[in-house]
Amino acid sequence: MDWVLWLEWILKGAILCLILLGGFAYLTLYERRALARMQVRVGPNRAGPQGVLQPIADAVKLIFKEELTPAKVYKVVFILAPVLTVVPSLVLAAVIPLGTSFNLFGREVHLYVADLNVGILYVMSIASIAVYGIVLAGWSSNNKYAMLGGIRSSAQMISYELSLGFCFVLVILMGDSMNLNEIVNAQKDMWFGVVQPIGLIVFFVVVLAEVNRAPFDIPEAEQELTAGYHAEYSGMKFALFFMAEYQKMIVMSMITATLFLGGYREPWFLTNLFGGILSVDTYWFLGPIYLFIKVFLILFAMIWVRATWPRLRYDRLMALGWKIFLPLTLALCFITAVGILLADMFNNQLYYWGILPASIISFLIAIAVINYGLRRNSYGRI
Amino acid sequence: MGVFEPLIELTKGLGEVFRTFVAEKTVTYQYPEQKREVRPRFRGRHVLNRYDNGLEKCIGCSLCAAACPADAIFVESSENTDEKRFSPGERYASTYEINMLRCIYCGFCEDACPTEAITLGDNYELSFTDRKQAIYTKDMLLVPVKGETMLTPQKVEPKVFTRSVPQMEDPRD
Repeated sequence: MDWVLWLEWILKGAILCLILLGGFAYLTLYERRALARMQVRVGPNRAGPQGVLQPIADAVKLIFKEELTPAKVYKVVFILAPVLTVVPSLVLAAVIPLGTSFNLFGREVHLYVADLNVGILYVMSIASIAVYGIVLAGWSSNNKYAMLGGIRSSAQMISYELSLGFCFVLVILMGDSMNLNEIVNAQKDMWFGVVQPIGLIVFFVVVLAEVNRAPFDIPEAEQELTAGYHAEYSGMKFALFFMAEYQKMIVMSMITATLFLGGYREPWFLTNLFGGILSVDTYWFLGPIYLFIKVFLILFAMIWVRATWPRLRYDRLMALGWKIFLPLTLALCFITAVGILLADMFNNQLYYWGILPASIISFLIAIAVINYGLRRNSYGRI
Repeated sequence: MGVFEPLIELTKGLGEVFRTFVAEKTVTYQYPEQKREVRPRFRGRHVLNRYDNGLEKCIGCSLCAAACPADAIFVESSENTDEKRFSPGERYASTYEINMLRCIYCGFCEDACPTEAITLGDNYELSFTDRKQAIYTKDMLLVPVKGETMLTPQKVEPKVFTRSVPQMEDPRD
């Protein structure tokens, strides 16, 4: 352990945190502008050219706002809860590879903070820790709406965490590793999202539930629960919840990109184009750029979904999680495992590609089940 | 394909939103730079009008104050002389104040006015930081004149402007 290694870790960690904080600030602007555009509005465009200083104005406002602590709250938990929500969202990003490596003063610097051989397990555990903050915030607020929001959040998290786990299993099966670096490198020739598009779709939906985004934002449903678990929070504490939610959006997008869309790698069809000039193996700095583009597009999809679909009712949300997604992801795991096994046994890649139609068929069956089982019955007029 | 209807409907929704995102123009007015035309019968801030020669139409009769349901208007009248003439006829409004915090923009003052002196204009940018600023005085309400010669009070020929209410040419008007 020489001091240079420590310095490298600290610097990389600090830079990653700063990227996430800046990303959070500008994600709010991005979301507001894109959402406004979808609703035939303009969005914030006053502070600075095209509104680029808006996040700074928001931050200054939130910092200087009065901070209220309601009567009879459990003070220690009340103050600890926002911190408990923010920290996992920052820590989560440590295992995500942002690129290959480069030479700095004769030292090879890798573009990740930690190269964990159980990276996926780390992601799973840390991602679900964040819900503690939300539940504790709801419980300590001494407010029944906040409490309901917290409980809903935990129930939602439990029902979607299982499907999330099975989606991770899909990737572990296809990538033959739990290390996120190796998973990215396994997608050199073909993205997992192309072989297993249904896995990508289900994962995306589950991620929406995981980060409490529309249409799964029932823990903070304005119409039912005022603001849900953060109803009693104001000022900087509220800003921390806000920050956690948006940082988690960014990090989960990064994970989606890493697991299903090739991570920091270029799309497979660009690898040998122009003599490999667009490949991350040629230029290391292309890695973060590719990852940024992918994250940008996934975030756009999240905003797009928010602008389109209404919030699910609570019981339907649970039904979707337990009755549809859990069996569906289980079926996907089975299909993927069988496909990989057959491809290995007969040494024929055709079986591997058989995963694609088989999973699409299972997806269509799931849709049919939703149609028959979960739709509201229409009654004839009497 | 009735079975896959949920999927089709959800996808349709996404498509529509994306079409809006790409193709539709925003409807927002960039307000301070770009102002919206008001309707012809819009009732905004009051304006005290003048005749073509610059004399004020208001004769200080206080009918607007009487008609005002919110009691927002205060008028005080004084005598005109041919040396110092503000309006045709005997009297003019030496004080004319409207409290914009009380005004409900009903337009009754407009209806009550015998000389069409007060009208509700198209200015809706009324903002104040204290109650005193909300009281609009006569010089704020009077329409500005083009030349120095048209400013009131004017020195006029004697025995010309004797009639305070103009001759009605068309009784239906």
